[in-house]
Amino acid sequence: MTQQRKAVALISGGLDSLLAAKVMLEQGIHVEGINFFTGFCVEGHTHAIRKKDKTKPKRNNALWSAERLGIKLHIIDIVEEYKDVLLNPKHGYGANMNPCLDCKIFMVHKALEWAEKHGFDFIITGEVVGQRPMSQRKDTMPVVARESGAEDRLLRPLCAKNLPPTLPDREGWVDREKLYDFSGRNRKPQMELAKKFGFEDYASPAGGCCFLTDEAYSRKLMDLWQGRGSREYEMDDIMLLKVGRHIRPAPNFKLIVSREEGENNFLTGYKKQFIHMFTTSHPGPMVLVDGDVTEADLELAARITARYGKGRTAEKVTVEVHFPDGDSRTFEVTPMPPHEVKEEWMV
Amino acid sequence: MSHYELNARRLLCPMPVIRTQNKVEELEPGDTLEVLATDPGVLNDIPAWCRINGHKVLDSGERDGEVYVLLQVGEPS
Repeated sequence: MTQQRKAVALISGGLDSLLAAKVMLEQGIHVEGINFFTGFCVEGHTHAIRKKDKTKPKRNNALWSAERLGIKLHIIDIVEEYKDVLLNPKHGYGANMNPCLDCKIFMVHKALEWAEKHGFDFIITGEVVGQRPMSQRKDTMPVVARESGAEDRLLRPLCAKNLPPTLPDREGWVDREKLYDFSGRNRKPQMELAKKFGFEDYASPAGGCCFLTDEAYSRKLMDLWQGRGSREYEMDDIMLLKVGRHIRPAPNFKLIVSREEGENNFLTGYKKQFIHMFTTSHPGPMVLVDGDVTEADLELAARITARYGKGRTAEKVTVEVHFPDGDSRTFEVTPMPPHEVKEEWMV
Repeated sequence: MSHYELNARRLLCPMPVIRTQNKVEELEPGDTLEVLATDPGVLNDIPAWCRINGHKVLDSGERDGEVYVLLQVGEPS
């Protein structure tokens, strides 16, 4: 009896990785999934924060994929290690702050380490030649294999026929004839294969599964670094970039203004870390102040806070300001008229 | 068999799942673990994680504005 070979599959929660793993299972390979959490993953976070999203089912698509496949899934926290990938990408950024090629190299490398530790033979991904402008091109796919250290132990079942044979092909662990030759951005072949396997209701997030490909998010990240004069970040920073309106009325501080109740509750959880303010004479948003502020800055912030509350047309609004050390102060302010909230303040 | 508690409050998914996964790795089959969290997504994600990894959810729900999942560690496969 031949030995059953083992593959670790990078599972993002999207359709391609689901299909790639299924193709391997169909060939009798033992497959287990691995999913990396960078902190910038679209999965989860925002669904949990915004109240308006709470009618949508809160499902983690990587777990959903693994369950549909009947495989184990190992979720790995790489938040700390990922900082170096984001801050110093050897191959640069894509259209926004997305270091896609370095990211893929890093993840395949981590998967390789995991595979070696757990006695797995090779790695599979759902990559398709020509599908992504940076990491999934004919000239960059060999770079991923080489620089990750995986070399020919990296198999891409959905486009393997467009690429040179890998170790699993050559050794006969997989039947190359039953692999695929998908290429380009056309999603039709994947959708047809999904239908063949009976997969419905799979995730197809626009722009992928990473906030760093998002223009607005990337802009906020760059503003954060510029405002602090340093490119360091913590998990809380990258979470807060996903929440509320970000307004920078001066280089030394910005405001994070909640837009609805879910965000209000979320920002309230940060009241011991930030100066925060809210209106007491009228209903209004929770506002965090990020930066070093003067008395005049606080008054300006209070006027902006009042502008986003129900008292925006009132003559005077009371705003309570609380400091992380427990101190507090009250301002009576005239809400800032909308035309005075400058467009260039909006991050 | 022992009982353990895991504080995953204020963490957003998938962090509570990752913490649960890492804690379960330290436990023995038959041990029970109660995960306490504030992200309601936990009520879907931890049971899904348990189903695919061979652990059993004994109870789950909301309590005092928080969510909890009580699970029992399964046999290694």
